[in-house]
Amino acid sequence: MKPAASRLLLLPALLLSLLAGCASAPAPRGSGDLGVVIERSIGQVQVVNTTTKTSLAKVPGLGDLSHASVVFSRDQRYAYVFGRDGGLTKVDILTASIAKRIVQAGNAIGGAISQDGKLVVAQNYEPGGIKAFDAETLELVADIPSVDMNGVRSKVVGLADLSGNRFAFSLFEAGEIWVADLSSPKAPKVQKYSAGKQPYDALVTPDGRYYIAGLFGEDGLAMLDTWQPELGVKKILAGYGKGEQALPVYKMPHLRGWSVAGGKAYLPAIGRHEVLVVDTKTWQETGRIPVKSQPVFVMARPDGREVWVNFAFPDNGWVQVLDTLEGKVTHTLQPGKAILHMEFSPRGEAVWLSARDDNKVTVFDTRSKQPVAELKADSPSGIFFTSRAARTGF
Amino acid sequence: MKPALLSRPLFSRLPAFGLGSLCLAGALGLPPAVAAEGGPSAPRARELVHLVRQDCGSCHGLTLKGGLGPALTAETFRQRPAESMVATILYGRPGTPMPPFKGIVSEAEAQWIVQQLQAGFPTE
Repeated sequence: MKPAASRLLLLPALLLSLLAGCASAPAPRGSGDLGVVIERSIGQVQVVNTTTKTSLAKVPGLGDLSHASVVFSRDQRYAYVFGRDGGLTKVDILTASIAKRIVQAGNAIGGAISQDGKLVVAQNYEPGGIKAFDAETLELVADIPSVDMNGVRSKVVGLADLSGNRFAFSLFEAGEIWVADLSSPKAPKVQKYSAGKQPYDALVTPDGRYYIAGLFGEDGLAMLDTWQPELGVKKILAGYGKGEQALPVYKMPHLRGWSVAGGKAYLPAIGRHEVLVVDTKTWQETGRIPVKSQPVFVMARPDGREVWVNFAFPDNGWVQVLDTLEGKVTHTLQPGKAILHMEFSPRGEAVWLSARDDNKVTVFDTRSKQPVAELKADSPSGIFFTSRAARTGF
Repeated sequence: MKPALLSRPLFSRLPAFGLGSLCLAGALGLPPAVAAEGGPSAPRARELVHLVRQDCGSCHGLTLKGGLGPALTAETFRQRPAESMVATILYGRPGTPMPPFKGIVSEAEAQWIVQQLQAGFPTE
């Protein structure tokens, strides 16, 4: 059993005091330094505080979180948790309770929130497609099955929010990029583009302009300029493996706008022990950085000075830090067993790392590269801070 | 972009083994954690269950009900020949993201994993 004290925090205390007719309400609090940690094997999230580096509360009952992702309402009070089993749960992180929960698909991979914060969109493997929900009520407002022109339904990957309540996503089997305009959710408009073999995930650059899908089935990435979509998809880093034998891939890399720093994008190479560096003006390769193993997350610290990289099984106990001025690895760390995810504090003085097989989350000071705090967590995976609420593509 | 612009064939991601080398897999695997008769030792069995649930689970789901990879539930497994599933574990599957696990599990361990999958995989 978890200590009961961990739940007696935040608004529950306020509600209790109101119920008790107490006149002096506790001080209200903001949520800008809060976040959630996924405890994947028990279907629970912990609400955490990045200032005190502590766990505040636990919210159970979220279903199968073996693959889970989170987006935040723009007021940073609600975490929308997308579970593997198609569950979509709106968690109130101030009261540490479930505000709403639906099961919207059989097998899901993640979600996004619209620019205006009014639509939450889930991306699904089974049945393949995206579904848009009213962010307030979680009522279904749009359903776009990912059925291509041959009638084949694809798994959807790489969903990202664009300006104007548009969403870009990729079809794994069909090898297409679709852009859905949900500005009138009852009448969605969808544009389709051929992308390449087996897109596995995608990112949108922090300005919302370029949507880039990583391809599993070929060396290269597919890029769509969403300011000029009529130009179609362009291949970048085509042939980065140069015909060399690629290594087996034990975990698919995850792409997000966190790869972009200082006019460059740092991208994981599939089947190679390399981080690829691309100039974001010309989209030409400017270098590649050899790393310990196959990168999964390649994340720039918010100031862009460093890029932190974790790795696929069986090398997932390692993390490396790249210096973006020197363009090379400067630190090799072993923060714990099976590091599944990393998340920087809003301005990057600390990074939180989930060590699944150590049942802990470790917080590192990004300057000293030393651990400064540790939190117990049951098989932790994703870590998501509310600062994501203000970022396109998160 | 046209699919014809593929920079290299899909099967280049796979090691250059045919099924003919299947019989060598046991000898090339991990140290002999598996007894000649019966399944793996108890600690190794725990490791294998963890590996399947957690790391195979990245694609097949922690509950093995599927993800980017197909479901590995008993119902879907019982209809398939065990040998081909063992080969899939050891050598991967051309044209799909399924990687080879040879070197991580031995042939005997792969056989044990398939038996467990067909029976309904243990929880950790």
